[in-house]
Order: sequence, then structure tokens, then C-alpha cells
Amino acid sequence: MEHQPAAMPFARAGAPHLPPRRRVSDLMFRVIWALLPAIAAHAWFFGWGIVVQVVLACLFGLILEWVMLRLRARPAQPFLSDGSVLTTALLFALCLPPLAPWWVNATGMLFAVVVAKHLYGGLGFNLFNPAMVGLAVVIITFPIELSQWLAPRGLGEGLPGLIETVRAIATGHVSNGPAWDAISAATPLDQLRTGLQSQFLVSEIRADPVFGALVARGWEWVALASLAGGLWLAWQRVISWHAPTALLVTTLIISTPPWLLAPDLHYSPLQQLLSGGLMLAAFFIITDPVSGSATPRGKIIFGAGVALITLAIRRYGGFPDGVAFAVLLMNMLVPLIDRYTRPRVYGHPR
Amino acid sequence: MQLHSFPGGLALPHHKQASLAHPLERCPLPPALYVPVGQHQGEAGRILVEPGQAVRAGQPLTLAEDDYQVPAHAPCAGTVVGLVQRPASFPPESYRRCIEMVPADEACSDWDDEPGRRLPDWRRCNATELVDHLRAMGLAGLGGAMFPTAAKLRGDWPSIDTLILNGVECEPWIACDEALMRSRPEDILGGGLVLAAAVVAERIVIAVEDPMEQTAQALERAAERLGIAERFEVVRVPAVYPQGGERQLIQTLTGLEVPHDGLPQDIGLLCHNVATAAAAFDAVEHGRPLTERIVTVTGPGVAQPRNLIAAIGTPLSWLIRQAGGYTEHARRLILGGPMSGTALITDEVALTKGSNCVLVLDTAPAEPATSMPCINCGFCVESCPARLLPQLIYRAVAADDYDQAAELAVGDCIECGVCARVCPSQIPLVDYYRHAKGEIGLRALDQRRAALARRRHEARQERLAAEQAARARRRQARAEKLREKSAAADEIQAAIARARQRKKSAE
Ligand code: SF4
Ligand code: SF4
Repeated sequence: MEHQPAAMPFARAGAPHLPPRRRVSDLMFRVIWALLPAIAAHAWFFGWGIVVQVVLACLFGLILEWVMLRLRARPAQPFLSDGSVLTTALLFALCLPPLAPWWVNATGMLFAVVVAKHLYGGLGFNLFNPAMVGLAVVIITFPIELSQWLAPRGLGEGLPGLIETVRAIATGHVSNGPAWDAISAATPLDQLRTGLQSQFLVSEIRADPVFGALVARGWEWVALASLAGGLWLAWQRVISWHAPTALLVTTLIISTPPWLLAPDLHYSPLQQLLSGGLMLAAFFIITDPVSGSATPRGKIIFGAGVALITLAIRRYGGFPDGVAFAVLLMNMLVPLIDRYTRPRVYGHPR
Repeated sequence: MQLHSFPGGLALPHHKQASLAHPLERCPLPPALYVPVGQHQGEAGRILVEPGQAVRAGQPLTLAEDDYQVPAHAPCAGTVVGLVQRPASFPPESYRRCIEMVPADEACSDWDDEPGRRLPDWRRCNATELVDHLRAMGLAGLGGAMFPTAAKLRGDWPSIDTLILNGVECEPWIACDEALMRSRPEDILGGGLVLAAAVVAERIVIAVEDPMEQTAQALERAAERLGIAERFEVVRVPAVYPQGGERQLIQTLTGLEVPHDGLPQDIGLLCHNVATAAAAFDAVEHGRPLTERIVTVTGPGVAQPRNLIAAIGTPLSWLIRQAGGYTEHARRLILGGPMSGTALITDEVALTKGSNCVLVLDTAPAEPATSMPCINCGFCVESCPARLLPQLIYRAVAADDYDQAAELAVGDCIECGVCARVCPSQIPLVDYYRHAKGEIGLRALDQRRAALARRRHEARQERLAAEQAARARRRQARAEKLREKSAAADEIQAAIARARQRKKSAE
């Protein structure tokens, strides 16, 4: 009846003695699951492009990650399977135009994985959001490629098929000629910005069919799918509510009063929320833990700051969407934010 | 009572039923007892017995000379073998001095009271008499910290208005207080009256976890039966770990925070474990010194988990044998609970007054290699009950920046282990904080030593300088005297010369 265990002396380790609730890979793969609706909506409205870009970005990401881990003499298996590089790849691919040539994709991933992540010390040590570093670099180096968007499903001459998509991405050869003109369209944000800068009224600009039923044909559905995925993540407690809420609320607070006063001169709040990458940023980019703020109040400041800068760039800047730059700017402020938003420790004076 | 809440915390699986399914029973005496002489930080006072001496049950083995010493008593009649070194639970692989004792034949740990030791009519005693008596009976906090009860009852703080009896066992598996509250509710209430009288507190609050509704009602009924219901309030608190932590419980009950460099007594509160209250009742009503406690022996590695009334000094191996021995799954032996207990390498450790649970787990600890870098996910921040920034402290400690760790208030970490439990990177965070606290303590000591050395050095320098100055002064004085002397000699010479001159000129 009595049983002496073989394991005498017993194994010893510090408390607590319970297994952890979740692992890093578990979190990352939940983020990936939550991105799938947005990717599906993107594929429906803009065709095969996103699928090819996602595959390419994941491939580049994994290869670069493996090379960097080898160079830094780190174990490959735990870090390749933690899902972090795949998350970066997905987010980056979602920000690319569907037919962007493969070297755009490769350049972005190179900067994301090699520079932003590994040169700063690898997982957990990067100061900047890797996907946003990659995006900012390609926005600056390939401005033409980055502004060429397909017309969403139902506009233009129809979406290219899988073979055409692959060929276009492999060769970069649709970017001119009448065929391209037939299938491309400027994004709603682009049209608004250039239109307003040339003294058109919002109602005139919005006559264009790219604005669709709500604010941006196709885009609005990608944004709503991001919202759904993000809410699921918050419900699963993978992300905290602070940063997304701060971003969305700030956007509403800033954009509503001018729009109420002069709706013909300003973006509508809904336009701000549902076009471009703002919704994706709210739930998937500014919630990146590593490059975000550590404290709850800091997260709120971070989200609000990103909203502020994004709206300013949208209105006054030279780029179609300012999310990437807004996130990078706020990344720089994180140490400062963390310093001044420390919670009051138990028992310390108020 | 209007309840508040503490920040963070964690809902954990309860697992208390595992040991409570079996009735509370008395553990037979082992062949040899090892009564620890140092029950807490200090010693248990002067040793009163000699090898070979026969002792009565309850006879003091050591004598406490101040409130911070806790005397040990013989758990049963028997013979003292001598002073031996036995493995201690903490620090790992350390030893502790114990008095080895062989119980007499037929000896039982459930002996009759000795009327001489009882406090005659304790209700008439004043606070000093009560505290003195509790100290002589060897009372120490039974919740785990083993803090000397007398030192907790006596001190120069403002008046205490509320006594809190802590019946919140928030860690999974541990059920010894639950078993006690079920079996002896009246004695806990009686002990509450004793402790309240010792600090002249008016109000008594008993806190239990809200899933333990039956226990709460049993306590309320007992108070009715004894006719003291108006003195007591039984409060159900939410079952969130670490609700049973003194500071967290106070926050839940009152909304107040204990000052970080202070004690609950500073804000008029006093917190005692329910088991300590029952022991106080035994001490004054029956004259029974603290020589036994209830301990939970449980976990998937134990064949028949149960709660045992066991004599202090019983080896854990004996307790486990009473609970059916190990199962083949036994991998880890924990003294205390799974969140903050100490992992032992051997079951030769003896039961102390603070040992509430012997837990045998069936899982091996995580390999250190499986921990990943911190990804700043903030889960630890959300769940830290002390409102710290655990990940920043971890980074500071990992970078050996102890000043930064102190600045981030690592000293206020209660080592509850919540942050490590929620960390997806599986970082053994609490190990880092313990290390940092030790290091900061050592540095403070070093600094004190350095300051002392500097003061000594300066004093020496001053003394040397003073001596040198004195020597110089003496030398100068001597030189002057010499000069005076030589001046006098010159004069004499001159006078002689003059005299010679005169003589010559006279010739
Ligand atoms: S829970 Fe772990 S990984 Fe997350 S912030 Fe805290 S220490 Fe870092
Ligand atoms: S162990 Fe310390 S840092 Fe971690 S949750 Fe508990 S109090 Fe906070």
C-alpha cells in the first residue's frame, strides 16, 4: 500500500507551483485567429492579392527569423513556433496594396524582422512595432507601389484571378497601361485628402462610388471584421480594453465637433473610424504588448496619441494614412509615458 | 458590512474537498519528535531540559525572555534525547536546531489539562496578564508566518478598535482552518474574546470565503448559542486569491490600506488567524500550551488526503504515512500552498507551528529553459494585488539594477505568486523578487557597515591627528625649553668669559 516515489529527493523550484495559465504562443495564435475575418473580408473585396501577400510575408518572416536566430545563436524551435513573427507578417500584409510587387513585401519584412526586431534584441526587446517599421519603410521607399489600390469588388472591370495576381506580384507588371486603369481606384482616404486640399466639398467628393454604402466600399467591411476580431480578443482577455477604447473614443471626440459644425469641410467620424487602417490599428497594432506602454493609464495615453497623430496626418500630411507613423512616434514616447503613469503602490501615500 | 475589493488577484481552483471529504482525525505520535527550538526568526529562548530528562506533557522545553521569543513545550510525556540538527524548510538545504524527544509508552498527544497552568477566570484579567500568559503558552501565528502572538498584541500603537479573525484560506488545497472552523466554532469565538480582551478591542469580525456558507452559518449559530452574537460579525468575502493575505483582507473589509512601512495596528486594526484564536482559547481556558495544530495532508501525490491534528515536531514523512503514503504520481513535496509554499527536497522536515499544509503534486516543475523573454503583455500588472509593475521590476532585477527595483517598490511585493502564474512567458518572477529583496537588504547592510567603517576611520584619523598635534606641541615645548636652557648656558659661558677677561685685564 505504501509507495516510496522514485523521485526522492523531490524536485525543487520556487513558488508558485502551479502551471501558468497561458503561453506566449497561445496568445499569438489567438491574435492570428482573430485576424482571419479581416483577411477574409479583404480577400472578398480585393481579390487574391491579400492571400498571396500573406503567404509571402509569412515565408519571408520565417526565413528571416530563422537566419537571425542562427546568427544570434538562439534556439530556433521555441521562437519560430511562438507565433510572433507570423503575427507581424499578417499585420504587415494586411497593410499592403493587394498587387504590390514581391520585393516591396520582402523589403518590409526585412526591416520588420531584422532591424526592428532582432537588432533590438529579439522578442520582447523591440522598441518599435515591427510591422509598422516595415510598413513605414516601404511607404517611404515605394510610394508609387503603395498608392496603387485595386477597385473593390463591384467597381471597375472586375478583380484579377489567382494566376494574374501571382504574375503581377512576381513581375510587378500591372502598374501601368490601360488594363491597370480599368481595375484600379484611389482609396477613399486618398480621394478625400486630395479633394479637400483642392477645395472640393465632402459631398462632391463622396459622389464617387468608392465611398460605397457607408464610408468606403470594401474597406468598411474589413474594418468591421477587424472590430469583430478585436472584440473577441478583448473578451478572451488577450488584449486589454485600454488602448483600443482610448483610440476609438479620441477619434470620435476629435472628429465629431468640426463635422457637426461644417459637415462639408470635414471627414465624418464614421469615415475616420472605418476607412484605412485605423480599426486594425486599434485592436491589433497598438495592442502589441512589447512596443506599447506597460501601465494601464499609459495604454490609454498611447491609444489617444495614436488617434491624434493619425487624424492629423490624414488631414494635413502627405501620406494617405498615418497609422504607421503615428504608432512609431508613440513607440518613442513609451519610456516617458511609463515613467509618469506608474500606479500608486499599495500602502503608499496617495 | 459594506465590502470593498483589492486590485488584481486571481480566481483559482479550490481543491479543498480533497482533504475535507475525510473526517478530521488525530495523528498518532511518531516514534520520535523533533520540536524546533527556533520557531521563527529568532530562537525559542533558553533551553530548560537536558538529555535523558523525562518530561511531562506540556512541560516547557525553553523559556521566552521577551515578546519576540516563543517557547516550545513537550507535545506529550516522554524522554528528551538531546539537541539535534534537522532539515529545515527554508532556506533550502538548511538545518534547524530541534529537541529530539521519544514519547513515553502509551503516551498520547491528547492529554488532560493541568489545572495549575490554567488562567483563573481570564475574563477578570487585564491585558498584560493575558499577553504574558499567551506568551508563556508559546503562541505564534498559525496562519503560516509564525509571528510571535505576544509581539503582535503588545506595542506602542494607537488603540485598536477592531479585531479581525482571518478564516480565509485562499490558497488551493489548504483546508486546515476550514476543518477547524467546522469542528470547533465555539472555541474560535472564545479565543476571539480572549484576543480582543488582550488589546481592548470592541468589535470582532470573522472573515470566511463566500463559498463556505455552511461554515459561516456554523459560526453565527455558535455565537448565538454562546450569547455573544452582538460582539461578532461574520463576513463572507469573495474567493479571490490572495484574499487571505492580511493586507488584502483589510482592504476588502475596510477599504483602507496598511501604510507600506507600517502595521495594521497603526490604523487601529489587528488581524489574527482563526487557528491562533482557538489556540488562545485553549491556553487560557484549559491551560494548554501550543503543542499541536491541524495540518492538511493532500494533493494528487497522497493516497488518502485528509486533515490531521498533529503534534509539533512530527516528521512530515510520518504525516504522509498516516494519509496512506505517496501515490506513484508523487513528484513534488510542498510545505504550504501551491502559490506561495516552499518546495522541499526531503520529507524529513518536522512540523512547525506555521505548517498549514503538506501538498504532494504529481507534476514536475517547469524546465527553466521553457521560459521566454518578457513580452510586456501586462497580465502581471493587471493581476498584482500590490499594484506593482512586476515586469519592470523583473527587467530591473535581470539587469542587476537593484536601485531601480527598489524605486519600483519591490519591497512591497507580498510574494503571492499571482504574477508568475499569469505570465505567458513562464518567467519565475517571484524568484527574481526574492533575490532582489535579499540583495537590497544585503546592500543596506553593507552600506550601514561601510558607514560605520567610515565613521570609525574618521574617528581614528581625528584621534591620530589629535595625537600628532599633541606630540608636535610637546616637541615644540621641549625644543623651546632646550633653547631656553642653551640660552642660559650661553649666558653662563659669556659670564665666565667676561670674568676671565676681567682677570686678564687685572693682571
Ligand atoms: S506577465 Fe510575464 S510576459 Fe507578461 S508583462 Fe508580465 S513578466 Fe512580461
Ligand atoms: S508576487 Fe509580488 S509582484 Fe507578483 S503579483 Fe504578488 S505582489 Fe505583485
